[in-house]
Amino acid sequence: MAQPLAFVLDVPETPGDQGQEPSPYDESEVHDSFHQLIQEQSRWVAEEGLELQQREPGAPGSGHETLLGPEGAPVHSTATLRILASMPSRTIGRSRGAIISQYYNRTVRLRRRSSRPLLGDVVTRSARPSIRLYDLELDPAAQEVEEKRNLLVRELQGLSPAQRDHMLRGMPLSLAEKRGLREKSQTPRGRRRGQPGRGGLFSCCSRLRYACVLALHRLGLALLSGLHALTPWRYALKRIGGQFGSSVLSYFLFLKTLVAFNALLLLPLLAFVVGVQAAFPPDPGPGPRPACTGLELLTGAGCFTHTVMYYGYYSNATLNQPCGHPLEGGQCRPRAGGLPYNMPLAYLFTVGVAFFITCITLVYSMAHAFGESYRVGSTSGVHAITVFCSWDYKVTQRRASRLQHDNIRTRLKELLAEWQLRQSTRSVFGRLQQVAVLGLVWLLCLGTVLGCAAAVHAFSELMLQDPVAAGQEVALLALPLVVCLLNLGVPYLYRCLAALEPHDSPVLEVYVAVCRNLVLKMVTLGVLCYHWLGRRVGALQDQCWEDFVGQELYRFVVLDFLFMLLDTLFGELVWRVISEKKTKTRRKPEFDIARNVLELIYGQTLTWLGVLFSPLLPAVQIVKLLLLFQVKKTSLLANCQAPRRPWLASHMSTVFLSLLCFPSFLGAAVFLCCAVWQVKPSSMCGPFRSLDTMYGAGTAWVHHLEAAGPRLSWLPWVHRHLVENTFFIFLLSALLLAVIYFNIQVVRGQRKVICLLKEQISHVSAHLPPLGTHLGDSSSAHLLARPQPPPPLCGLGC
Amino acid sequence: MGNKQTVFTHEQLEAYQDNPFRQRIAQVFSEDGDGHMTLNNFLDMFSVMSEMAPRDLKAYYAFKIYDFNNDDYICTWDLEQTVTKLTRGELSAEEVALVCEKVLDEADGDHDGRLSLEDFQNMILRAPDFLSTFHIRI
Repeated sequence: MAQPLAFVLDVPETPGDQGQEPSPYDESEVHDSFHQLIQEQSRWVAEEGLELQQREPGAPGSGHETLLGPEGAPVHSTATLRILASMPSRTIGRSRGAIISQYYNRTVRLRRRSSRPLLGDVVTRSARPSIRLYDLELDPAAQEVEEKRNLLVRELQGLSPAQRDHMLRGMPLSLAEKRGLREKSQTPRGRRRGQPGRGGLFSCCSRLRYACVLALHRLGLALLSGLHALTPWRYALKRIGGQFGSSVLSYFLFLKTLVAFNALLLLPLLAFVVGVQAAFPPDPGPGPRPACTGLELLTGAGCFTHTVMYYGYYSNATLNQPCGHPLEGGQCRPRAGGLPYNMPLAYLFTVGVAFFITCITLVYSMAHAFGESYRVGSTSGVHAITVFCSWDYKVTQRRASRLQHDNIRTRLKELLAEWQLRQSTRSVFGRLQQVAVLGLVWLLCLGTVLGCAAAVHAFSELMLQDPVAAGQEVALLALPLVVCLLNLGVPYLYRCLAALEPHDSPVLEVYVAVCRNLVLKMVTLGVLCYHWLGRRVGALQDQCWEDFVGQELYRFVVLDFLFMLLDTLFGELVWRVISEKKTKTRRKPEFDIARNVLELIYGQTLTWLGVLFSPLLPAVQIVKLLLLFQVKKTSLLANCQAPRRPWLASHMSTVFLSLLCFPSFLGAAVFLCCAVWQVKPSSMCGPFRSLDTMYGAGTAWVHHLEAAGPRLSWLPWVHRHLVENTFFIFLLSALLLAVIYFNIQVVRGQRKVICLLKEQISHVSAHLPPLGTHLGDSSSAHLLARPQPPPPLCGLGC
Repeated sequence: MGNKQTVFTHEQLEAYQDNPFRQRIAQVFSEDGDGHMTLNNFLDMFSVMSEMAPRDLKAYYAFKIYDFNNDDYICTWDLEQTVTKLTRGELSAEEVALVCEKVLDEADGDHDGRLSLEDFQNMILRAPDFLSTFHIRI
């Protein structure tokens, strides 16, 4: 712990003395309320002279007698009030806060008193000042409220409308008063517009104008309420939140977020790639088109092959080319006024821009979520947070609220047990044993991951060896099936292994489980990506390998959905039925939030991996997510109960978003970059069939621009020196690292400042209790405030 | 709920919410402090408990709700009442006392044995979950 700091306060005796820095007492126009507060207090002190207990000077041992004025609030001398007014807690932008809190206290007290019978009639001038206070306050109080209101209105008028709304929203006043304040503080110009014309008679034009304005206003309100009602799944989310609380709700909100991301990805693709190509279909290739059996929905091959769904359908030429323009061989349609549309360039740019927009949106939402949910020093204070912030007011059902009571009780008991355990020291042998068991379990898990990766690799090589015949398309489902089975079975194995290890903190348990499952899924996906880009390309040299990869990813998405349905069916419905029949306790299975969210992230990664090869894959993902919402919701309401472990809902939402960004989106972006820059596109299908790399389309366009003329020469220059030159990218990365380092240092500094301030508060309250009693004494007037240099150690827990 | 009434008794509100603090909520938001709410008070309550209310406003009203004796401080007795209501009386008296002691240790910045509004707001700042739990979905 730190050394105790010595605090000494310096109070100049004469009131006219100007201090080193102007205290708020002097800035009467800014901190007007405190000026008035001080005046009132001084007036009370003067009036209620009977109540004051005079302290004899030179009697230091008289003890801490507080001077009590009316209502039991301590009354201070002017010097004391000046010191109090200059305390940091009151000087930091508190003028408005003081006015508001004073106004609120007055109005609340007035409101409360006005409903009781007036004591002034009954009690005449009694000697007890506390009763006389009613008499004093009732009449002048109304005037003062009016003054305060005018002060507030003046403050509000000085702000912009947005700031005014923001401030009004934060005020602890009733809605009726806020409405009154807002009306009063609207600018006179705005109000004058609403006033009737001269003479008090409404002219015909102004009546019409008011009718229009009112109608528009009503329409606006109706639209707003309609929009609120249209929020997708609003009632379903309310039911889920009411029955299961914020933690399970966070899964469904994450699902909603994913639907939004997919829609964001799909719209540019639909507009610029799919729509255009559908309007200008290419010539159908040789050979008959395969018939549509039902198997296409699973395999994605068959009659889906030569459609807008896959890369191979898109032409490599300029569409809608007007005849007579000698550009690289396009379809010459004799239509005047058409825009030529360079399909390869559009394909490349649209996919790139869609990914870029998704990246920006993801990073922004992640930063926003971090800002909301992480605070410096938020790891301490867990008891207080459990007591005050853990009751979920959304929960409305009796059974669910009983569960909440149980959860909170369990949590408090666990916290107390943890604290008691920490008090007792564990022996060295016990700690070694704990570390050994942890190490063993981790080794087993990582071993399982490696085993799964090897299995997937071996199976994919096997699939490569014997190619699938045309009629045997069901065999194509083998690899996705194997991967999905591994993804389904291994997490249950992890859960069994986790039961072996000693868990100190339940939250850490959840994070560890999430981490292990994530490692498994990402390693599997990595092996598959290598298989597709590394091995499949070589094996399918004279065929359309991009179509194949697109179809593979479609199969993965569909089978993932089917396995999620199976998991819901067996994990939730069947388990509930069995547990109800076999065991007498009606214990429903818990909804495993972490595992379900990881499944969602995995599915989204597959979509991002496949967008380049199958532009309609986001649409498939949207349909899958919509169906999944309904299935999960129905199963949850029928079969599950809320998790018994406490759940930091907002922290986990942030963790999920950052998991979506870092391994998932980053991996997909790396895959995309490899596919665009490194791999040779197939020579017989797709928009890049004549090029060396997909990026070659962009380079060809830049060369074309160079030849076009000097006016656009900056674009090739930008391309040559900023995009192709790697120095610029290194510079950007260095800048980013510098910004991150700077932010880390800022957070460390803030943590240190918080520690220091806490120490100061505790020392001030320990050495000068209660503030104000000693200061009125002349003997203690010569105290100097000078905090000592900061204490050397201030850990995270402070 | 019925749209002809203008004053709701707290028994009617009780049917709507199975919340251990329902009486305190009604008392805090009602005009005369004893649980009878007018339409304006009802609107105030839902406005404060909605998603859009800022954190400080919610913290202010949460403080008032947990301050059972209305003395503008959350003292040990208030904390004991809160913990008892939260756990439906299923913790023993020593456990309740221990929890209250730890809460005061953690949140009381000026060490006066009770939580003032500033202490409470400071503690709420460190709890990002507060906004999502102190929220009633309409």
